[in-house]
Parts: sequence; structure tokens; C-alpha cells
Amino acid sequence: MSKFRKKTGTSQDIPTAALPDIIFMLLFFFMVTTVLRETDIMVKQLLPKATQLTKIEQKSLVSYIYIGQPKNTASFGREPKIQTNDVFIDINDVIQFVNTEKDKLSEVERDKITMSMKVDEETEMGIVSDVQQELRDANALKVLYSSRKVAPK
Amino acid sequence: MAKSRNRATTEVNAGSMADIAFLLLIFFLVTTTIANDKGIAMRLPPKPDPNQPPPEVSKNDRNIYKILANSQDRLLVEDEPWDEDPDVLKEEIKKFILNFGDPGPEGQDIYNSLPPKLKAYISVNGRRPDSSQDPTEAVVSFKAQRGTSYKLYIEVLDAINAAYNEVYGERVGITGDEFLALDKDDPVQKDLYNKARKDIPRAISIAEPDKGVR
Repeated sequence: MSKFRKKTGTSQDIPTAALPDIIFMLLFFFMVTTVLRETDIMVKQLLPKATQLTKIEQKSLVSYIYIGQPKNTASFGREPKIQTNDVFIDINDVIQFVNTEKDKLSEVERDKITMSMKVDEETEMGIVSDVQQELRDANALKVLYSSRKVAPK
Repeated sequence: MAKSRNRATTEVNAGSMADIAFLLLIFFLVTTTIANDKGIAMRLPPKPDPNQPPPEVSKNDRNIYKILANSQDRLLVEDEPWDEDPDVLKEEIKKFILNFGDPGPEGQDIYNSLPPKLKAYISVNGRRPDSSQDPTEAVVSFKAQRGTSYKLYIEVLDAINAAYNEVYGERVGITGDEFLALDKDDPVQKDLYNKARKDIPRAISIAEPDKGVR
């Protein structure tokens, strides 16, 4: 018996000195990947499901348009509304919104602006196609229909 | 003697460091929303020039694959009501693109460059006289009404894109999903992408819905 006991004479402690380093690594990962939400979305956003998704190539070129039924139906009614940044806008103001977004970009990048349409799946196509016509008028032709990923059957 | 006393005092207790880091970590874990902005990319047609008359449509009817969606979310595909799954629609569109019913010289070139697997696919499913002449001519037209739900719109658009991606992918011997995942910053993959896309346009026509009251 004593033969075995001699071997286990080493310390049983697990060295925890490296634990903070590991935690810091995780911490930095989350700090880097984190995007603090800039806008408060005021419309319902259940995005449709799709399989053929592409990622955004350059984040800085993307502007977001949110369309859906307002969450606060008591104040804003049930009709779907268009939201950009933090405000509801009228359909006629879409061009102006696109132009202000374009002004933020450098001249060479202006034609590459991508509009990410975040549309609730219960919205009817009427308002979506109206927005698309306005985007065509504003010469912002690249559109991304934001959707959730599902595995193809 | 003095040395050993010094050493004892210089040691900082780093045990609680992990706790502090944990606290920060949990904070970021909770506030984090990992950006997952993905979607179906589309290019809208440019605005027509008001000084020029609208271009005349001279396409042969067989080269247009018509999909209509009404406000009750029912589909009309090639003038027939459609009751099946969007997956079946993808297969049908793929058959339509790869029909090669009456290929022109360009279409013949494309056909000759296809891998044997796709040629076999065409000889089984293609060559119908009522479907497209060749991929350069084929156009998938999709028209939704104002009352159509966005969900259905995306479903159909997804099916059309899936059909095209599969055609592109299988042309170079990969699946549609692998084609979609090609990284255009990598020269090798970019080459493959260009080879797959060459001469077959992604001809999706989204018709404007009928004018309604704004």
C-alpha cells in the first residue's frame, strides 16, 4: 500500500494561474464581435426564412430600411410603416434618406451603396414595391432582402 | 533574510482577476448581438429613361418562365395553378434554364462545356419544345401583386435563386450551396466563380405590381 501512496505525493491542485488569461481571451472575442445596437427598432421584425443567403461584403456600404407593423399599435396604427435610423418616414422621404446615406460615403463608393431591407414577413408587397420604386428613383439599385437562414430540405 | 521578506510582499494576489474578467465577460455576453445580417442579394433594374420609349419585348414566349402571385398568396406558374412546395418550383426552374430546346451558337458552346452529369440531366429532363431555347435566352419572370405577402415573395425569389445557384454550381462540379459560399477575395475561388457564371446570366425579372392607391 505504501508503495502507491508514495507516488501520489505530488500536489493535487490544478494550476489556475492561466485562468484569467483564458477568460480575457473570451472577453476580447466578445468585445470584438459585439455590435451595440444603434437604432431602436419600432416595427415588428420577424424576418422571412430563406436558403440562398449571401453575406454583406462591406459593412460600411450598407444602410438599413425597416418595414413592418409598428410595435406600438395604439399610437401608430396597424398599417405597416417604414423606419430608418430612429424615425418613421413617409414613402416620399425614401429618396431623401438614400441621398443622406450616400453623402456619408466617399464619391467612388456612392454607387455601391446597398440597401438592406429588413421586412417583416407578414407585410404585404405593396409597400415593399413602393419602396423599391423609390430606390430605383434614387439610383440605389443594390438591395439585400434580409432573411433568416434555414437549411434546405 | 531580507530578501525572502521582500519576495513575499511583491506577490500580488491575482486570484480575483478571473472574477473581474468573468464579470466583464458576462456583461458582454448579455449585451452582445452577433451581427448576422444575411439575405438574398438582388439588383434592381435602373430607372427607365423617360426620353426613350420602353424597350419592346421581343422574347419568344417559350423563353419566359412566368410566375404570378396573387393577393391570396396563390401562385400561377406557367399559366397553371401551383399547389406544390417551393422546392419543386426550384427543380422546375432548373429544368427550364437547362432545357436547351433549340440552342443558338452561344447556347451550343455552353452545352458543349457542361460536365457529363449535367448533359445526362438535360437528356433526361430537357429538350422539350415548349421550354427555353438555351440559358442565354431564358428569363424567369416573377410578378407579385400588392396584396401578396412578403413571405411568399421571398420564398419564390429564394427558389429562383436556388435554381440558378445550382445550375452555376453543377456547371463546375460543386453543389449550389458550395457555389454560394465561394469567397470572391480568394483568386482561385474567384476564378471558379467566374467560370460558373460565364455566359449564363442570372435573368430574373421582377415585374412592377399593378399601380394601387398609395
